[in-house]
Amino acid sequence: MSDGWMSKAETAASGVPAGSRVPAVPVLDVDAMLDSEKIIVCCGSGGVGKTTIAAALALRAAERGRRAVVLTIDPARRLAQSMGLSELDNNPREVVGVDCSAGGRLDAMMLDMKRTFDEIVLAHTTPDRARQLLDNPFYQSLSSSFAGTQEYMAMEKLGQLDATGNWDLIVVDTPPTRSALDFLDAPSRLGAFLDGRLLRLLLAPAKAGGKMYLKVVGVGLGMFGKVLTKLVGAQLLTDVSQFVAALETMFGGFRQRADQTYRLLGAPGTSFVVVAAPEAAALREASYFVDRLDADGMPLAGLVVNRVHPVSSAARGLTVERSLAAAETLGEHAEHPLAAAVLRIHAERVRLSARENRLRERFTSAHPDTSLVEVDALAGDVHDLDGLRTVGAALACDELLDRAG
Amino acid sequence: MVTGKGGTGKTTAAGALAVALATGGQRVLLTEVEGRQQIAQLFDTPPLPYAERKVASAPGGGEVFALAIDAEEALLEYLEMFYNLRRAGRALGKIGAIDFATTIAPGVRDVLLTGKVKEAVNRPDATRPGGRAYDAVVLDAPPTGRIARFLNVTAEVAGLAKMGPIRAQADSVMAVMRSGQTAVHLVTLLEEMPVQETVDGVADLRAAGLQVGGVIVNMIRTPLLADGDLERAGAGRLDVEELAAGVKVAGIAPRTALIDALVAEAAQHARRVALETTERGEVEALGRPVYELPLVADGVDVGVVYRFAELLRTQRMVG
Repeated sequence: MSDGWMSKAETAASGVPAGSRVPAVPVLDVDAMLDSEKIIVCCGSGGVGKTTIAAALALRAAERGRRAVVLTIDPARRLAQSMGLSELDNNPREVVGVDCSAGGRLDAMMLDMKRTFDEIVLAHTTPDRARQLLDNPFYQSLSSSFAGTQEYMAMEKLGQLDATGNWDLIVVDTPPTRSALDFLDAPSRLGAFLDGRLLRLLLAPAKAGGKMYLKVVGVGLGMFGKVLTKLVGAQLLTDVSQFVAALETMFGGFRQRADQTYRLLGAPGTSFVVVAAPEAAALREASYFVDRLDADGMPLAGLVVNRVHPVSSAARGLTVERSLAAAETLGEHAEHPLAAAVLRIHAERVRLSARENRLRERFTSAHPDTSLVEVDALAGDVHDLDGLRTVGAALACDELLDRAG
Repeated sequence: MVTGKGGTGKTTAAGALAVALATGGQRVLLTEVEGRQQIAQLFDTPPLPYAERKVASAPGGGEVFALAIDAEEALLEYLEMFYNLRRAGRALGKIGAIDFATTIAPGVRDVLLTGKVKEAVNRPDATRPGGRAYDAVVLDAPPTGRIARFLNVTAEVAGLAKMGPIRAQADSVMAVMRSGQTAVHLVTLLEEMPVQETVDGVADLRAAGLQVGGVIVNMIRTPLLADGDLERAGAGRLDVEELAAGVKVAGIAPRTALIDALVAEAAQHARRVALETTERGEVEALGRPVYELPLVADGVDVGVVYRFAELLRTQRMVG
């Protein structure tokens, strides 16, 4: 990575026992990233706290003086409320309670994918054509339930926000997909479909007009038409074919926009932050994602390992075996039950931390150049700005000195 | 059907349920639909092809088979089975029609995936007692946020197909999903967001006429402190002198920094247990059976799957 701030050579690990420190994993310098980037995309598999990380990054950037906006996809109710996002209106609104003394501000919005899709339709065609399309049953299904539409529309919205020039920094939280990779693939998949061969084949008869299409499909597509009709039924073919006809005028627009946004993601000023929990599956997913970004030439800032359970330096010397043995000794003599219980808690904590360290090291051995930062597990969920500030401070390693003890 | 928010251990729970169901000589099929090869990872086997492979034995002569269902393969199989059109199907792939059906057309993908599950459930086998190929089919289903929509395939394709083969297939899948044969179990952690999603998921499933099974609460912390100490630890009023004295008796030097660190760990443990207690109340209010699985500090492996299977059996989720 060429940007100097991405490779500050320090050890990121907070919970690593002194003896087993991994050779200098670069620390993700979050503040430098927040101060210089234009777009930050947070990605990762479901349930890792992606939305919270995105919101915490945007808030911190705003309080450091940037005009920031966070685009969330599906925030938890109380987190949304904390940012004033009680309703979904598809437009950014200013978040109240942000410290604007450094000259920044924070806006937040929740994506309404159907409305975003409708807006593109309206922007790209005549009102008549638009009405035809908006009323089409296939369009209605596609725009509200296709698994890839959300990703596509998140990209679209990102492009729109960027084009306004209203913000210094846009932080995007990606949709909760089955796999983090869907976010990169879905737009091109939908794009390819929208001007693919299948649609062009369907389009030809539709242009011939009205109810002729089935017959023409039958002739033009031969066996394909037969199979398609069997597969999807005649009514669906009619809908799709009318949908395609209505969409035709917009093909260029769709494709162009998808390409533009994809280019925006690879351009200087954009950074991807991969978020993972210290769990095998989440880190495996993060690994794939890092490789994929690399292969696509997308700028990776680094990995956030969220919700780790480090052991403080003062207690690291007390091993699992020793604290369990001590707890047992106390138990045998039925003495000091409090100390015995606390020693068992400590043993469990050290085991958990050791496992998290092993999983993280598995990642860092495979990706030694990927910057990394860890965020400690909090007692409960984050649902106010103070909670987001705490996460932001952890991301920026504000308390790193503290931990190093 | 086993669903759960991401990160709750849904696949582990589904695997344990499959082993539990197979215990005593049953034959069970464990399936996944998200193309992530999670079952192979759980049972430490090579990636699963689109074919049913035995992945585990269960006590008492039981067998667990596994299948990673792939929408495209399911579609080709369907075309072959009903229309003898496998080759044509392959050709369709070239113009993007397969892609269209399996990834773009709303709902069709889910009809294909659930359709394959239905096929496995109903598959006859005259050589077996009961006349079916499998005694039970377990699906490691999509996450809680999407489960009702995933299973409610008729509604999903309603805007798309009011009649025709897709609709007919959707209706027949729906009949199985809504029947007494099917139950949807939800896996959760005792944390705010997963529990909220579970509550919402149960409401969605009920609204769709799908039968909610039990709630599997995963990664439970065993409270290690006595009740009074738990409260005091959480409130930062732990008896530090008594703790230091005990640590010293146990042969460990009670340095202040160490004792402070231990107090902090005890406080976090206590707060976590308190959170779990609150959230457990929310889960119990759902009025469904609750099954509990403990946190495994060293991580999940095949051994843990068997242990969890036994736990599900002793809690009478199965058998």
